Amino acid sequence: MIKMIKLHSRTLSRRSFLITAGGFGVAVAFGGLPGQAVGAAVAPAAEGNYRPNAWVTIAADGIVSIMSPASEMGQGIMTTLPLLIAEEMDADWDRIRIVQAPSDAEKYGNPGFYGIQLTGGSESTRGYYDLLRLTGAQTRKVILASAAGMLNVPVGELTTEPGRVVHARSGRSFGYGEIAADGALPDPLPQATEADLKPADRWRYIGRRTVQRVDVPSKVDGSAIYGMDVQRPGMLYGTVLRAPVQGERPEAIDDAESRAVPGVVQIVPLSYGVGIIGETVEATQRAKDLLKVTWSRSSRVRSYTSGSLLEHYRSVGRDLSQTGVEALSEGDAEGALAGAVTVITADYMSDLVCHATMEPMNATALVKGDSVEIWAPTQGPTHTQRFAAEVVGTTPDRVKVNTTLLGGGFGRKAEADFIVDAVSLAREVEGRPVKVIWSREDDIRHDKFRPLEAQHIQVGLDADGNILGWRHRIVADSIFARTMPDLFASRGGHDDVVTEGAQFNYAVPAHRIEYIRQDNGLDIGFWFAVGVGYTRFGIECVIDEVAAATGADPVQLRLKLLPEQPRARNVIETVAAMAEWDRKRDGRALGLAYSDAFGSHCAQIAEVSLNRETGAIRVHKVWCAVDPGVAIQPVHIEGMMIVGIANGISHALFEQINIVNGEVQEGNFDTYRVIRMSEAPDIEVAIVPTSGSPVGGMGQVGLPPVGPAIANAVARLTGGVRLRHYPFLTERVLEALGA
Amino acid sequence: MTAFTINGRAVDVDTAPDTPLLWVIREHLKLTGTKFGCGIAQCGACTVHVDGAPTRSCVTWLEDVAGRRVTTIEGLSPDAGHPLQKAWIAEQVPQCGYCQSGQIMQAAALLESNPNPTREQIVEHMDGNICRCGTYVRIISAIQRAAREG
Repeated sequence: MIKMIKLHSRTLSRRSFLITAGGFGVAVAFGGLPGQAVGAAVAPAAEGNYRPNAWVTIAADGIVSIMSPASEMGQGIMTTLPLLIAEEMDADWDRIRIVQAPSDAEKYGNPGFYGIQLTGGSESTRGYYDLLRLTGAQTRKVILASAAGMLNVPVGELTTEPGRVVHARSGRSFGYGEIAADGALPDPLPQATEADLKPADRWRYIGRRTVQRVDVPSKVDGSAIYGMDVQRPGMLYGTVLRAPVQGERPEAIDDAESRAVPGVVQIVPLSYGVGIIGETVEATQRAKDLLKVTWSRSSRVRSYTSGSLLEHYRSVGRDLSQTGVEALSEGDAEGALAGAVTVITADYMSDLVCHATMEPMNATALVKGDSVEIWAPTQGPTHTQRFAAEVVGTTPDRVKVNTTLLGGGFGRKAEADFIVDAVSLAREVEGRPVKVIWSREDDIRHDKFRPLEAQHIQVGLDADGNILGWRHRIVADSIFARTMPDLFASRGGHDDVVTEGAQFNYAVPAHRIEYIRQDNGLDIGFWFAVGVGYTRFGIECVIDEVAAATGADPVQLRLKLLPEQPRARNVIETVAAMAEWDRKRDGRALGLAYSDAFGSHCAQIAEVSLNRETGAIRVHKVWCAVDPGVAIQPVHIEGMMIVGIANGISHALFEQINIVNGEVQEGNFDTYRVIRMSEAPDIEVAIVPTSGSPVGGMGQVGLPPVGPAIANAVARLTGGVRLRHYPFLTERVLEALGA
Repeated sequence: MTAFTINGRAVDVDTAPDTPLLWVIREHLKLTGTKFGCGIAQCGACTVHVDGAPTRSCVTWLEDVAGRRVTTIEGLSPDAGHPLQKAWIAEQVPQCGYCQSGQIMQAAALLESNPNPTREQIVEHMDGNICRCGTYVRIISAIQRAAREG
């Protein structure tokens, strides 16, 4: 029996952290973006030498600078993580400066996520939670020890108020700035343990609706600096003409006309395309349009046609003789299915979807000898160092990455292709920074799409409608085979992210998950919620199919399948009450879905109507109940649910990439449809944290349930018409209605 | 050289007259609050005002604005004190935030001509502006708040 391993270990002993004190005198640790504050409360660290650890600097005026180690792409992490330190050190939140940490995995890597700086998987808060609270507590102990020395009193007589140490017996107190100016750092620096952490009832900032996101002010006046906005002295611009089919290379380049464009500096043949360096953006764009390139015709991706391939995947899913890799086996699922009175069988599928982050791919690089500096909207500073080093032939420690704000990430900016572009061009003009900008067409056609996939699900029922066994077969290409080959090999060819979410907490006596890997050469990647976005589509729709087949109510059936799951039951019961589940709607219907992915529990109900003439689905309202374990920033959790729901609707109804003979057919927002304001529903969110629970992930939690909730609502509206193929394009809806 | 006014300042820009205004604003004048999103007027991230009218700067050429008055997000208010900017903060609208300059500039033009828009009027006016994060319901709330609180 093979169990899914988690991507990381969560068995870290809280006492095992050693708070890194390496910040002393290491200027690079306070690099940020020199001269380029990324926002009002987000700024280069204030001057100061009082550094209890690598994360905190306190200046004489009481300003506390705190490192933010993760990439801010809208998920609010630049507020959440520093807030944890501020809470435990009892800082005054109004006197905080937040500094984007430099690329330094040893100091700032995520202890719960491979120990590197990589923002993804809804892993940042979960991974850093203990470390940063301990860091805050350690900071407070350092401050208290300094103050005790200044006051010449025992540490035990001191308490803290926000930004102040108080000695109640003498009535004296010192601001943190005074202590930083006049106090001595204790030697050795004290460490902190779990016993030093505040109990939840003494939290001042965690859970408060009054705490706003620190990056928001800079995002309403144009001052926020994204990768696209980077300006460096002497900067040149770059762009890359990429092969129309992945894997092809330029065989002949006629660049005569391109070279003649005023402002063009250099044309750079690359293994995968042709780069252009110029003095202006417009020069590079003109030159790109004028390039005449003969491309190779040998890539295996030329045989990739998504429509027919998905039909093939579906047939593979149905062909039980193709067994693939076992991802989970609990009990005897095949035996249970063989002995079942009824077997519900269904195929669920989804097309390729594209990230289309609002900020297209871009990066700025400066190469000087064997050192590289990069300014980029990257989710992965650590592997950015590695890829950049490979291009230049240096070592990762010679690469400094300045992580800017990200204009959307959704997994796309965990890739390094745009980094490689920038470094490849910058090395041609050593000493001058080059900002590479992708067009939207580049961005869509050369995305790393969410995998094309088909699922075959079989559920065996006994005579009373009880589930005996569940078999879930997932047919798709692999993301990890490309991005994490060692992990992929060590897992015997299983891909944990492609099948992510197939495991569930429903109580079924036998459960088997198989991954039948396909390999058709196309690069696929991490898209918002990755596998969970489609595995929960299949699972949650099939639960409703079971309900329909057995005459059960979808809410009651789920509660029955979750007898030992109080948090799951709570979000389902809460959302059912919010939506008035039992109240009939004229011409509309409700559908429910639930997910326990990413360590949080989320249930959603969608209210939909359907135009039977056009096949258009309208989502009027979505209710959402979420249990994040700890609700660190409630207002922002609501915001993230809004984002998850909007994107969930977008991919369930509209988003589709078609590839024909290896060429992506869509290129911009005129052909790649994403949700617009007129299609956005009302959203009502209830946050129902469970005291004493571990903190859950949040960034991707809101997306998975909404698609199956829509499909389930359509089925209830239409007397059982099932939509089993994302996206629910109008022609697919009409076909389903006619069937 | 093409002369025009941007955020009240007279400028002369020396580049090809058929250069998109977007790149003139961003890379020649270094006003990077105006964003590149699509290049074909499909997303609205590049929205600025030309003589007060909301305009997609990615499909407006430099020569089109000769002698005219361009306003970008940086020039909407001297101190980020425009009612929409305050409402955007109060409602905590932005997620990634990349589209929000364009959203605010688009919304500002609406409130200029219609200080009390209905929800339907807001949606109709704003539907050309994509927010890939999908913050639409908060954008609507913020516009309503700005209209209310002026």
